[in-house]
Parts: sequence; C-alpha cells; structure tokens
Amino acid sequence: MLYRETGQFKTSYKADMAVFPIRQDRIGLAVILLLAFVATPLFGSAFLLSAVMIPLLVFALAALGLNLLTGYTGQLSLGTAGFMGVGAYACYKLTTFFPEVNLIVWILASGFFSAAVGVLFGLPSLRIKGFYLAVATLAAQFFLQWCFIRIPWLYNNNVSGAIEAPVRTLFGMPITGPHATPELRYLVVLSIVALLTWIASNLVHGRVGRSWMAVRDMDIAAELMGIRLLPTKLLAFAVSSFYCGVAGALMVFLWYGSAEPEVFSISQSFLILFMVIIGGLGSLIGSFFGAALIYGLPIVLKSLFPMLGLSVGAATIEHITFMVVGAMIIGFLIVEPHGLASIWRTIKQKLRVWPFPY
Amino acid sequence: MSNQIIGGPGLFSRRDDSVAKGEPLLTVENVSLRFGGVRAISDVSFDIRKGEVRAIIGPNGAGKTSMLNVINGFYHPQEGRISFRGQTRRRMRPSHAAAQGISRTFQNVALFKGMSTLDNIMAGRTLHMKRGFFWQLWRHGPALDEEIRHRRVVEEIIDFLEIEAVRKTPVGKLPYGLQKRVELGRALAMEPDLLLLDEPMAGMNLEEKEDMCRFILDVNNAFGVTIALIEHDMGVVMDLSDRVVVLEYGRKIADGAPDEVKASQAVIDAYLGVAH
Repeated sequence: MLYRETGQFKTSYKADMAVFPIRQDRIGLAVILLLAFVATPLFGSAFLLSAVMIPLLVFALAALGLNLLTGYTGQLSLGTAGFMGVGAYACYKLTTFFPEVNLIVWILASGFFSAAVGVLFGLPSLRIKGFYLAVATLAAQFFLQWCFIRIPWLYNNNVSGAIEAPVRTLFGMPITGPHATPELRYLVVLSIVALLTWIASNLVHGRVGRSWMAVRDMDIAAELMGIRLLPTKLLAFAVSSFYCGVAGALMVFLWYGSAEPEVFSISQSFLILFMVIIGGLGSLIGSFFGAALIYGLPIVLKSLFPMLGLSVGAATIEHITFMVVGAMIIGFLIVEPHGLASIWRTIKQKLRVWPFPY
Repeated sequence: MSNQIIGGPGLFSRRDDSVAKGEPLLTVENVSLRFGGVRAISDVSFDIRKGEVRAIIGPNGAGKTSMLNVINGFYHPQEGRISFRGQTRRRMRPSHAAAQGISRTFQNVALFKGMSTLDNIMAGRTLHMKRGFFWQLWRHGPALDEEIRHRRVVEEIIDFLEIEAVRKTPVGKLPYGLQKRVELGRALAMEPDLLLLDEPMAGMNLEEKEDMCRFILDVNNAFGVTIALIEHDMGVVMDLSDRVVVLEYGRKIADGAPDEVKASQAVIDAYLGVAH
C-alpha cells in the first residue's frame, strides 16, 4: 500500500483537524504501538528492554518536555536535569512517607512538584529572552543540584548521599528493586510515556499549543491577539517541568534503581537539549528521534565491533563512538538544521507525490 | 453587502453597538510621547468615528507608527488621554486593548512564521476561545467542538480573503503579498471594533494594492469595522479614507477630508519642503 492520501476525502472539519489526517499514518501508528506494547516485551531480551528501551523512553519523555518549552514556546532552558531531579527526589520522599500508595500515582504526582519549581524559575522569562534566559535557568540547574547534595532531608539522611528506589509493587508484582522484571518495568514506562505523549499532542494541536507557538514566533503580535505573555510562558514552564519531573522519577525508580545527585548535573541538561535540537525543535516525534540518535547510536556502535568479529579494546570503542556520534550530529545539522523531524517530514512529502517530484 | 454574502452567522454576528455610527469611537486628546529627549509625539488630538476609514499620513519619522503603538497600548504616553468607546485609560497592556476590540497589522509582517495560514488565523481567535487548560488536555468533546466552531469562522475569513489554496502552507513560505493578506485575516479573526493597519500596501505591486484596497473597503462596509490606516501611497489614501490626519515631526499639521488636506499649504510644505 502506497503512502498516498488520494481518495481520502474529508467531509468535516473534525476529520480535517485530526492529528493524523492520513489513513496510512494511523495504520503506521497502530503498528508501532502494537510492536511497542506486545512484540517488544514478548520477544525482546532483558538487555534490550532494560538497557535500551527503558532509557530511550525516559530520555524521549525528558526531551519531549524540554521540546514543549524550547521548541514550541521558544524559551531556552538549561535546567532540564534539575527539574528531572526535583521529580525524582519528590517521588522518593513521597513513596517513603506513604509507602502504601501505588508508586505510579507518586511518579505522576512528583511531576507537579517539578512543575511548581519550573514555574518559579520561569518567572524571569517575562523580562529576559534567549541566551539570557538560558543563563537564568542555569541558576535553577546549579541551585537544585546544590539542594540535592546539601539538604540531607531530601535523601532521608542516607549516609551515601544517594537515593535508592525501595521495593514497590504493582498488582502484586515488584516494579522496582532487584526482583522487578524488565518486562513489567518497560510496560509501566511505556504506558506513562505513551499517555503523556498523547496529552502533549492534544495540547500542541489546540489553543494552548497555538498560543505557545505564537509567543515563540512573534511575541509582540501574540500579545496583540490577546495572548498574555507571562501566563502563557509560565504554563509552558509548568507543563515542560512536569514532563521532565516524571521523566526524572521514571529514570531513578524504573531504570537506575538508585541515583546520586551527579545524575542530575548540567551535562545531563545539555544531553537532553542536544536531543531536542537534533530531533527537531517544535516536533513531538523529533524528541523520540533525538533520543534514539543520541542514546541509541552509541549502543549500536558499541555492539558493531564485536558483531564484525573485530577485537577492539573497550576504551577504543568508547572513543570511536564519541567521534562517530559527534561527526554524525554535525553532519545531520549541516544537511538539515531543523533536525531529524524535518528529514522525516521531507521523506513523507516525497512519498506522497512519488513518482513525481512535486 | 451583508454578512450573508460570505455565508454563516459566525463572523461579526455579535456586534457591539454601544457607539452609534458616526460618533467618535476613539478619541486621542493632547497625547505626548517622549523617549528620553526625543519627542515622538507632541500634543496630538484627533478622533476616529465609528464606521469610517481614517488615514494617518505624514513623512517618514512623523510619529505615525508610534501613534498606533500608543492606541494599542505598546507605548504609554507621558501626557494626554485616550478614550475608546467612551472609556478613558492611561496605561493599558496590549492584551487589554485586544480584549476591548482593537486589532492591528504591522508594517513589517509580524506573522507567526512557523505556523500554517490556518493556525495563524486560528490564533487570532484565541480571545474568543473559552475552554480552559484541563479541557485542552483531552482534545475530544468540548475543546474539539469549540475548535470546530472557530474553524468555521476562520474558514469564512479564508473564503473572504481568497486564500483557500494556501490554507495549510506555513506562512513563512508564502509570497509577501499573501502574507499581508493572511495578517489582515488574523486581525479580522479577532472581530475587532477598530482595526489599525500599518502600511497595508507597502511593497506591493499595483494589482496586489488594488486587491488590498478592495478587502479594506469590504471589511469596512460589510463588517462595519472602523479602520485607521497608515499609508504612503497618496492615491490610495485619498481614495479610501473618509478623513485624514497629517503628522509631521510628531505634531498634527492638518486634519480633515482628503480634499481639504490635499489643499492645505502646511501639508504641501511638509511633503515637498519649503524654499528658504
């Protein structure tokens, strides 16, 4: 079946305004969801699930959150890892205070703590823009990381200074701790990421998303349309930080199992920012592409040498990986400065009119 | 012409008629605006009557755009008062001006470049959309119904401005003349009582200018929108406008019907210069 919208007539605005107006896209999405929810946990190895898929989804969620703020609303932020940390520590405190409440409730609730902190550090955005705002969010990054180290209450006065995910169960099965199966952890992460992606898609396709993009593209004209700048920007900070917070909680509880404050350092913020830029600013699917490229590519490269039968030292592989990934990032940005999502759009456009050029 | 010509009860069906036609809709009284030592506007007074096309002209740097920015709430004048629909205000945010029914286009196109034509005009409907954030999370049911209702109105505007073919094109890719038209559409989507047009015909060729003139007159006649426009093309100004106010170096030097203004010696001097 060709990727072609010929013959698919829209008879209502509702059909025309659907997120996936082309039938083939809807079929494709259904196939991907089926693969992700059924095939991967059934046939994937424990390594694939816990070392590839779960981190990928967690990073994609964090990148999605940052994309809502930077890509859609145009507010550059370097505090992503800090906001992720707020989510992780909030979830840790909540689940140790109230162990009987389901962990998933606390993971989602921790997003609200992160959102509140995000709004607080988003307040300067009314006055400062661009790189200067990035510096203001940098303050959030350092301040929050300082809190994670210096306030022992946050990690329950643990001597190691780290937070460790206590064992929690879902339907009687452990989802955290050493006995949690990768399948279950993967499914929990996937469900939360899928739900939040769907909500993000709802937001960006409606009034809220248009207001965000209006503020990004031309804030003066947006104000004239009756879009009040500060509430719109703060809403973007809140939603974005919510996503980052949930991603942080998922990271510690369903991926790492425990975490030190260094996990939420500035380099993590930069990593997620690169994912957003390479994936495509202002694109939801771009966040997934970016996470896949930056997190997934090194894994592929590392497994490439043993597969080819070459015995190369682990350190050498590490260095080669750095070089190749770096070169590819530069290459992608030269070929398509608007990111992988833009390449994806071009491919789809070419397919739609194939075999004609336009 | 009436609303029915472009179909539907949507656009401009809820008009505010608190000001009768011909009465002053907006009055500017003794407004002065300074930036540091620079007097952009000094002691200017004029009014805009409901239902008319009012032109603001003057040589470059005369303070025309500053005047629009003052009316809009972007700049706050140090002296003077502005009343809109009888309500006087001193300081006002642009979003409040928008909520009161003042809309505008910009001299250099200020569209939302990354969004499609449709989304740009839909963004102009923001003030009329009531469903809150929590409905937006769930884009089915009430929030979607509201979107569809507004989409219908937006489609009326798209029909009216004859931009059906570029509905889904990102506006950054449109030619300049069409961008200006989309910007007019976005301003119209707010269903304003007063529409400020800052050089709607700058940089257009003759044909595009004629189209734009027709749209401006239609907006004025069919929808009853009061229009204040800044324009440098004197032919256009004299044909379109009911009354003209002339500024020079921030002062008002003439005010009246196009023919009176054209005959005024001060205006001729301002435009052609005076021999010393």
